[in-house]
Amino acid sequence: MLIVGELINASRKAIGEAIKAQDVEYIQKVAKDEFEAGANYIDVNAGIFVGKEPEYLQWLVKLVQEVVDCPCCLDSPDPKAIEAALSVHKGTPMINSISLEKERYDALLPVIAGTDLKVVALCMSDDGMPETMDARLKIAEKLIGGLVKNNVPIENIYVDPLVQPLSVNSSFAVEFINSVEAIMTQFKGVHTMCGLSNISYGLPVRKFMNQAFAIMAIAKGLDGLIINPLDKMMMASLVTAEALAGRDNFCVNYLKAFRNKQFDFLG
Amino acid sequence: MITSELELITKALLKGQANRVKTLTTLAIENGIDPRVIFERALLPGMQFIGRQFRDNIIYISDVLIASRAMHAGLHVLKPLLSNPRQSSVGRVVIGTVAGDLHDIGKNLIVMMFRGAGFEVIDLGIDVQPEDFAEAIIEYKPDLLAMSAMLTTTLGMISETIRELERRKLRHGVKIIIGGNPTSQVFAQSINADGYAVDVFQAVDLALKLIN
Repeated sequence: MLIVGELINASRKAIGEAIKAQDVEYIQKVAKDEFEAGANYIDVNAGIFVGKEPEYLQWLVKLVQEVVDCPCCLDSPDPKAIEAALSVHKGTPMINSISLEKERYDALLPVIAGTDLKVVALCMSDDGMPETMDARLKIAEKLIGGLVKNNVPIENIYVDPLVQPLSVNSSFAVEFINSVEAIMTQFKGVHTMCGLSNISYGLPVRKFMNQAFAIMAIAKGLDGLIINPLDKMMMASLVTAEALAGRDNFCVNYLKAFRNKQFDFLG
Repeated sequence: MITSELELITKALLKGQANRVKTLTTLAIENGIDPRVIFERALLPGMQFIGRQFRDNIIYISDVLIASRAMHAGLHVLKPLLSNPRQSSVGRVVIGTVAGDLHDIGKNLIVMMFRGAGFEVIDLGIDVQPEDFAEAIIEYKPDLLAMSAMLTTTLGMISETIRELERRKLRHGVKIIIGGNPTSQVFAQSINADGYAVDVFQAVDLALKLIN
């Protein structure tokens, strides 16, 4: 299971203010906390700063990698911001994200083509947001095909089938997890990943629903998540779900999590 | 007698019982209650109550949607009986999410509440280009134009649309209200919109105030 720590996102108030105030200490503390909690990538996002995004994104990458030995997930649709961040990044980052929307696709493809960058491929097109499994598969097929043709290894592609709120349509969760299964079966070697919070938009006790949804998606093959790694209950659920899904030989990771006291919060 | 029949309809609406609302509405009509009275004293107060509860975080999006389905079940029965819809509506609204923006949950809730409050609503959907807003103003001659943007990157399309209306000399004939995450009262004033609403309920109040 690949974990991308989602906390360093400018649309979260504390981070937005820290970026504005150039608060090095706070940003670095969040990065360290996320890494120590088990994040494999640290997402960095400066999207609310129109015009200054490249400068700030680059600044975030530098800060994060000063304190943790961990690649970043560069969260922007703007190739200028991505390139600014790439110029200082150590190791192989993940790009979050390309989609089938023409403008975004054309802008980001040249940056990614022929590289060993990891890339999140979001199932969205100029026709809007896909609601069914079939609509998602069509977009995924075009995205994967386009990237592979441009020399991006399929193992480096993380398809995000696009989570939509259950509050507006009772079948949105099922359509999503069925898409995960179909994508993982039809495109051998590809990965799937997503954020979770959209699923519970407009409903109470969101944390609980996010967690149940993650577990259901993992059962169908989801192998990446953009989440808050400081959420102990979530992290424990993920390692457990992976074991239950048959992807943890001899329960090695489950036992390791136990021995690392990741279940101690249960008391 | 009338009051209790109307109350039953409202109660069913609040519980989201679409079939019951439909049956009770049909029954009320058979019992000789004026369709307008059913609308104004049963369906409308129901949706207003739902709107307040949603604003106060007592109920959730799904609750609003199921109540709205129930309201529409009632409206479906009433509609052919209410005289000219233009005459019977409190006003006509053209609404849409601006170009480049695909968010429609908030906008759809507004559409429901506006319909619930007696407005005639023309919903242009999402990703609406400034020219398409302009064409709709020419075609429908609404009292009110409502625009939504949920992204900082699409906020500019609200002012872009207003400029398009000014260019085509359509601006003076219509009141404009805006809403969505990155919008604010200050922004509304700066771009010469007529109003800003922070939530669904305020939007209805604002709309009623502007056309009266």
